[in-house]
Amino acid sequence: MSQTLALPRALELPGGGRLPRLGAVDAVALEGRAADLAKRSIKRESKLFALELAIRMIDLTTLEGADTPGKVRALSVKAIRPDPGDAAVPPVAAVCVYPTLVGVARRTVAGSGVKVASVATAFPSGQSAREVKLADVRSAVEAGADEVDMVIDRGAFLSGRIAQVYDEIVAVKEACGDAHLKVILETGELGTYDAVRRASLVAIAGGADFIKTSTGKVSPAATLPVTLCMLEVIRDVHDETGLVVGMKPAGGIRTAKQAIQYLCLLHETLGVDWLTPDRFRLGASSLLNDLLLQLRKQRTGIYRSPDEFTVD
Amino acid sequence: MGAVEKPRTGVAAPSAWEYASAPESREIVAFEKRYGLFIGGDHVSPRSRSWFTTLSPSTEEPLAEVAQGGPKDVALAVDAAREAFRTWSRRKPSERAKVLFRIARVLQERARELAVAESLDGGKPIKESRDVDLPLAAAHFFYYAGWADKLEYAFPGRRPRPLGVAAQIVPWNFPLLMLSWKIAPALACGNTVVLKPAETTPLTALLFADVCRQAEVPPGVVNVVTGDGATGAHLVRERGIDKVAFTGSTEVGKAIQRELAGRDVSLTLELGGKAANVVFEDCALDQAVEGIVNGIYFNQGHVCCAGSRLLVQESIHDQLVRKLKRRMATLRVGDPLDKNTDVGAINSSAQLERISELVQSGVDEGAELYQPPCRLPEKGWWFAPAVFTNVAQSHRIAREEIFGPVLSVLTFRTPDEAVEKANNTMYGLSAGVWTEKGSRILWMADRLRSGVVWGNTFNRFDPSSPFGGYKESGFGREGGRHGLEAYLRFE
Repeated sequence: MSQTLALPRALELPGGGRLPRLGAVDAVALEGRAADLAKRSIKRESKLFALELAIRMIDLTTLEGADTPGKVRALSVKAIRPDPGDAAVPPVAAVCVYPTLVGVARRTVAGSGVKVASVATAFPSGQSAREVKLADVRSAVEAGADEVDMVIDRGAFLSGRIAQVYDEIVAVKEACGDAHLKVILETGELGTYDAVRRASLVAIAGGADFIKTSTGKVSPAATLPVTLCMLEVIRDVHDETGLVVGMKPAGGIRTAKQAIQYLCLLHETLGVDWLTPDRFRLGASSLLNDLLLQLRKQRTGIYRSPDEFTVD
Repeated sequence: MGAVEKPRTGVAAPSAWEYASAPESREIVAFEKRYGLFIGGDHVSPRSRSWFTTLSPSTEEPLAEVAQGGPKDVALAVDAAREAFRTWSRRKPSERAKVLFRIARVLQERARELAVAESLDGGKPIKESRDVDLPLAAAHFFYYAGWADKLEYAFPGRRPRPLGVAAQIVPWNFPLLMLSWKIAPALACGNTVVLKPAETTPLTALLFADVCRQAEVPPGVVNVVTGDGATGAHLVRERGIDKVAFTGSTEVGKAIQRELAGRDVSLTLELGGKAANVVFEDCALDQAVEGIVNGIYFNQGHVCCAGSRLLVQESIHDQLVRKLKRRMATLRVGDPLDKNTDVGAINSSAQLERISELVQSGVDEGAELYQPPCRLPEKGWWFAPAVFTNVAQSHRIAREEIFGPVLSVLTFRTPDEAVEKANNTMYGLSAGVWTEKGSRILWMADRLRSGVVWGNTFNRFDPSSPFGGYKESGFGREGGRHGLEAYLRFE
């Protein structure tokens, strides 16, 4: 294959093999395809399946300056048992919090199978010294984070210092130890789908287990086209090397309908193998209650009052 | 990279996610048992006293009986149109515009009903009739409504005048959209119309007759004569016509041109195609795959401008074909009324036979056939999306129009070779170019002998953009300001 290097120097992927060609993305066609897939009409049992799957894929998130141990505890309890009225509703994939609250979350979800994810590397801007970012990561991991959501240095990326971005991801990956690494591209700041594609490849080359669209602090956050663009990179990497990389759209996904659109996009781009929380997450907070509401509706035929579901 | 080895959540991926059926309700359409001809503003029984049944190609279920227009019926329709022409052509242009605007509005209001009817009678997926055929049909009326009182500005100093009675014969692939392409500019220019819809898809044209009544189109301005090819032949032979506009096969187009030789009847023909979709190695690959799929599997490939020849630069051939085959496996073939259907039914058994015969010839000539596994319904006419690799320029599947969901993949090495191969066809209707290099798109567009060249897209239509062919793909343009010229004479 014609190989245009995504990076300033030849890089081996962690699992061996070469990067797929950098390639290009046509914005009009990409957005057209995403819009087409958003029109899939998911009904009855296929909808039940999607709602349940979406719940299992949620990284239930709170990332506020006002976060407290109490808030995180409540969220973590909800993560384990999202619907107090229905034990059949599965737990979510993870809770996602700031490093200082990892300990609280860790203790609350212990033994439940729910993971603890922590943002790190001077989230959300990433504008700190390398040592500060790495210390941030280490503190999260030491507090018990299973997963680390780092942000890339957009300042470096946009000014063409791609190697710096790459080196930092490699360093963070190392600091993560056994913790899984999700690399946030903050696509809303990258400007073009071509840049998103390039950043995705850099992140994967650096050792990302997941690539993630957004911090949720910048608008636009996750969109269907940008997610499709990243899923196509993941597909190319898998084709070329067999490497499996996960995807996490985050920010702005608030309704069950949106969640199902993301799942259709995923299903028809990467196939059923990716329909698992091991390979796909939805970064969200208010989404969960809409999924619960719709799930109840799908099972009983009745829309319940939103007050029947907990607000945490 | 741990995700490969250990499932972290202990929950394995499912084996499949089947979408439950999501059918559009057909209750919104009530077909009558039997439809007469629409002549002079009334539904009339055919003098021929003969009728035929129109079937749903997805179920073979009879939908309605339709009149078979004979020579007398055709003559009556032409007379009605000629009579109506006297007043319609002298009507204040802004008043003609109002009528066209009303048609457009009614089409929008009844869009769901007409989309369901189109999918039932023609077999195309509802998402296409709903999202493409109907919006574009309405858009054409809106667009030409705007020109009706501005003809003097469209052709300054040339004193445009209407031609008279236009005989319009439309195909079965886009029944309502093709009649809109034809009727909208004809009426805007002050002509009256006798429309002959295709034998297998007459119903939306008959519903359109009702739209005309609702929109207060004066009696006789639009007449609809249903029937088979013989009815079309009668219409072309009729002495009272001033214009023939035909969309359909090259073979019939040639016969029409022979018939009109020596007569003072103007003619536009929009015929077959064997479009090349040219993919360069620097293109946006995944989007090119989408464009290729849209180019050939849209409307089951029943598209005269379908991108049926894929010319791919050899350096990316293997990768592109791999991506294409994987994408084809996600195409959902089945019930046209299901909102998730991507590829519907083949329009008729005759067309299915033709597709099957040509595909067999491809296999016999040594090309390599791939069709993704898909469950086809038992009743109706179906053909799974197909792609041929290892195709030579000399194979029939690379030269003849298949008019079905069948793609032939050929390769090229340089831009010059791409142009040479793309132009090496009897047709010249459309072409596509996929490259990230803008200058190359323009370079190619200069050299491709086809009426339409799409850059990094395919099968995209707009009423303001002229459409038509070179060589055996016909002549004359529909759409845009150019489309007016086909319905005017200049003093």
